[in-house]
Amino acid sequence: MYFLYIVTAFALLLSFVASRKKTLKAIKIAVKKFVNILPAFLTMLILVSVALFFVPDKVISNYLGSNNKFFGMIFASFFGSITLMPGFIAFPLCGILLKKGVPYMVLSAFTTTLMMVGILTYPIEKEYFGRKVTVIRNVISLFIALIVALITGFFFGEVF
Amino acid sequence: MKQNSIIKIVGISAYIVFILFSFINGFEPGKRIGENFITFSKGMLGVLPCAFILIGLFEVWVKRETVEKHFGEEAGIKRYVWAVLLAGTTVGGLYVAFPVAYSLYNKGAKLSFIFAYIGASAICRVPMTIFEASFMGIKFTAIRLLVSLPLVIISSILLGDYLEKRNYKIMKGK
Repeated sequence: MYFLYIVTAFALLLSFVASRKKTLKAIKIAVKKFVNILPAFLTMLILVSVALFFVPDKVISNYLGSNNKFFGMIFASFFGSITLMPGFIAFPLCGILLKKGVPYMVLSAFTTTLMMVGILTYPIEKEYFGRKVTVIRNVISLFIALIVALITGFFFGEVF
Repeated sequence: MKQNSIIKIVGISAYIVFILFSFINGFEPGKRIGENFITFSKGMLGVLPCAFILIGLFEVWVKRETVEKHFGEEAGIKRYVWAVLLAGTTVGGLYVAFPVAYSLYNKGAKLSFIFAYIGASAICRVPMTIFEASFMGIKFTAIRLLVSLPLVIISSILLGDYLEKRNYKIMKGK
């Protein structure tokens, strides 16, 4: 995180030394783009806050620990798709579930869909790339996540 | 479009009123939703201003030819290496990758590059990957990366070529 601030400050400084005019223009572009996308971000944040209320960690843990591995995997990819969690919450949660005996393939389905499939980021993605591309990208990502989960299960000896 | 934005404004206002009402009257579920909102806003507001300033600097300083050369038609297979490297250093998550990808596209990057970049920045951001490996083990993370990354690149090439053949142009908000 601090790294990002340092890089940004350094880049701004460098740019400012090179050309004040261009730097001001860059900041103007930044502000304009940020303001334009703000409503979409707000929508996403509202969706996230509501989704996390209805699907808290505990619910996810319960479903992921289901007896059938394949059902677990399907549930996991469902929850991974409809929620949005930063890594510092998701991975410790998965670490705990792993110790509780949840199979690797279920956790793989959960983390990979969490990263790649974004139903909650839909408002933002649509704003930039349009509805069609957004839907296609997310469907492809879901399939990739399922393939990854199955192969993970295979390598950890959970499939057979 | 106009009707849509009216619905949006009404929805957002209703949400704000609901949260305020919940805090004043001590309505627990509403308070929890409000707290979720604040937690996530904080996380994103820490990243977004920097991301957009860097995007602004990129738009002003980087020439179209440079983008075309490395991320466009003439770059060949090399552009996917770039996509992964660039994605590895992206901070935040998809919500940062989208505006970055959009700027790259407007400067002449190929569609397949854009998809590869977005996909890769979902799965192989360096700090996140290290964090994952420390909780799940290196084997888990290695399998995930080695399987998902090629799939992301292959599907990006297929999707990009398919859309380009149909002369698909990305237009903001369409």
